[in-house]
Amino acid sequence: MALPARESPIGKRVSLFVTCIVDMIYPDTGMSVVDILQHVGAEVDFPPDQTCCAQPAFNAGYRDEARTVAKHFFKAFKDAEVIVTPSGSCAAMVRHEYPHLFTPADGKAYEQAQRMASITWEFSEFLVDGLGIVNLDLTLPEKQCFAIHDACHGLRGLGLGGAARDLIGHLGNAEFEELNECEVCCGFGGLFSVKMPDISNAMLESKIDNINASGADTIVTGDVSCLTQMNGGLSRHRSGKRVMHLADVLAKGLGGGRA
Amino acid sequence: MTLEAQSNNFIALADIALRNQDLQHAIGDGTRTAYYRRLDTMFAHSDEHGESMRQQAAEAKRRALRDLPDLLEQTERNLKKNGYQVEWAEDAAQANQLVLDIARRHQVRTVTKSKSMLTEELGTNQVMEAAGLHVVETDLGEYIIQLAGETPSHIVGPVMHKTKAEIRDVFVRELNMEPTDNAEEMVAFARRMLREDFLSADMGISGGNFLIAETGSIGLVMNEGNGRMCASLPRLHVALIGIEKVVDTVEDYATLTQVLPSSSTGQKMTVYTNILNGPGREEEGDGPEHAYVILVDNGRTDIYATKYAEVLSCIRCGACQNACPVYRTMGGHAYGWVYGGPIGAVLTPLFVGLENATPLPHASSLCGSCKQVCPVDIDLPRMLLDLRWDLVREGESQASWDAAMKLWAVGMTSPRRFALGGKAARAGQAIMGDYMPGPLGNWSKHRDFPDFAPKPFRQRWKERRRERA
Repeated sequence: MALPARESPIGKRVSLFVTCIVDMIYPDTGMSVVDILQHVGAEVDFPPDQTCCAQPAFNAGYRDEARTVAKHFFKAFKDAEVIVTPSGSCAAMVRHEYPHLFTPADGKAYEQAQRMASITWEFSEFLVDGLGIVNLDLTLPEKQCFAIHDACHGLRGLGLGGAARDLIGHLGNAEFEELNECEVCCGFGGLFSVKMPDISNAMLESKIDNINASGADTIVTGDVSCLTQMNGGLSRHRSGKRVMHLADVLAKGLGGGRA
Repeated sequence: MTLEAQSNNFIALADIALRNQDLQHAIGDGTRTAYYRRLDTMFAHSDEHGESMRQQAAEAKRRALRDLPDLLEQTERNLKKNGYQVEWAEDAAQANQLVLDIARRHQVRTVTKSKSMLTEELGTNQVMEAAGLHVVETDLGEYIIQLAGETPSHIVGPVMHKTKAEIRDVFVRELNMEPTDNAEEMVAFARRMLREDFLSADMGISGGNFLIAETGSIGLVMNEGNGRMCASLPRLHVALIGIEKVVDTVEDYATLTQVLPSSSTGQKMTVYTNILNGPGREEEGDGPEHAYVILVDNGRTDIYATKYAEVLSCIRCGACQNACPVYRTMGGHAYGWVYGGPIGAVLTPLFVGLENATPLPHASSLCGSCKQVCPVDIDLPRMLLDLRWDLVREGESQASWDAAMKLWAVGMTSPRRFALGGKAARAGQAIMGDYMPGPLGNWSKHRDFPDFAPKPFRQRWKERRRERA
């Protein structure tokens, strides 16, 4: 993976890019991210002008619209030292696609795209690879069994195979179970899920079969979009199992005082 | 004459496949078996070793593509030195005409064929049959497909979409086989039938996995030995090979013949790995009297001139099909042309025109598995994204999406409009419940949608700041 060399984020102020979906649908997950980042001593801010990374337009082939929204992202995060986001997919958009969306002919926008790519981290990646922390010194209130679903963009886009496993592996009272085909796509794929709903659902059905066969009641993942797809299917199937975002699992170990 | 694409019917064709339980099981098992065998073989020594083989193979193909014009000239010279008669075909019509001309010149009646995706592209079988030739596919999978009157659904396993019981029924129906569910007995039966054809054939047609420029040889790999029978038993051998199959050296061929079988079937080597060097020589006592190589363009030069040139590196191993979760749900026929799966979603629009394959660039969740397993490191997800961009630029996208995306960009360039949009969505959900408008309605067909939060994160953040201030 030819990513530019990255500066260590240790000691830098963290600007949270919460993502549009977390902002509107999963604000609790956003709060969990903030709590964990503060737990490890990071100074966190939330640039208030942020909206979306532009991935929906980019993946749909609307490059002009994607460029417009990406430029808004540059403005919103112009003062950021380090950007952390609870989504492998949005992180991959900033890291891999921004540098392709602009060319040197775009001048300042090209430079900004390169800069944003170099300072953006996915949440688990930031903790493990950025700060070098795998043990958050947290314990869940009671024993719970987890399995990991490796979200595609985190796993294959950013190469985050082990980060979530390391973090949960060091979480007190957490146990692991296998999830067969944990590396296979859940069928979400952004607009794919509404453009080709039946194919998307066939992929989801296969995922749900594997979740139901797993010994874990809770599946952990690092992307709320995949989580929405899988929980949408589990709910429709009236399954008792659910998918949780990694940050929410870790934050359960912080104990009382949280809403 | 190129096979006509049905790719604009992708959704309807996919629907047929999604409803076919036998196909679902056959494709699901076939792709997964091959996928895990690949992992076992490719990375048998270490992850680093497997990855370095992959990079070496990618480098060999990229180098060959870069030097393609020169290598093709060198190939032609060296093929001729080996006694091959070399022909060039610009398109399917020319290629098929050359085959017919050769067949007429040598009074051919029966043709045995080994597996060739290129001839599927060209529709060569149909043309030969229309000219009165008796054509027999000799790869077992292709043989079954030909008997069933179908087309291959997978690059390497053309009959992957069929169950054993369905194959039995084809043999019973078409060849009066004594019914059996024993696979070995079915194979033995096919062998007996094919043996007759091999012995009576006047002309053997093969493809070519590689053309080796430095020696003027055809690299041909197979597991059943049928290909070398086609190339050596009849008095005439004709190889139809795409111009992108050229590699520089025998060493490159050695590299590629390692990654090809590991990637496609999880074998370290194919059972037969051949380097063919022309017609039989006097001192040899066997081999064809005449050997032809038809170098086929059929759109490849056009692709070579685009940003998609690297797709011509493809060595047709089928690994991307086996790894693709979309392909795994429906097999290859839904893609509506010769090649299915991620490679087909890229190749088809390039070969038949984007306007004739508009759904294919979207037939992917962009999960990245295809790129991960590709033995020559073709960035298929990026090409799919670029093709989607081309669709929009060439006006092949739906007007409703155009409008929605414009509106979306307006909403996403202002935090105030973004927040208003969130409020509207929340209010809309309160009124409409699970009903969602427009294409979003497709979501709730199979999945429940979560509730919008009463307070978005940005508000929660502000409130917490105020509390702690």
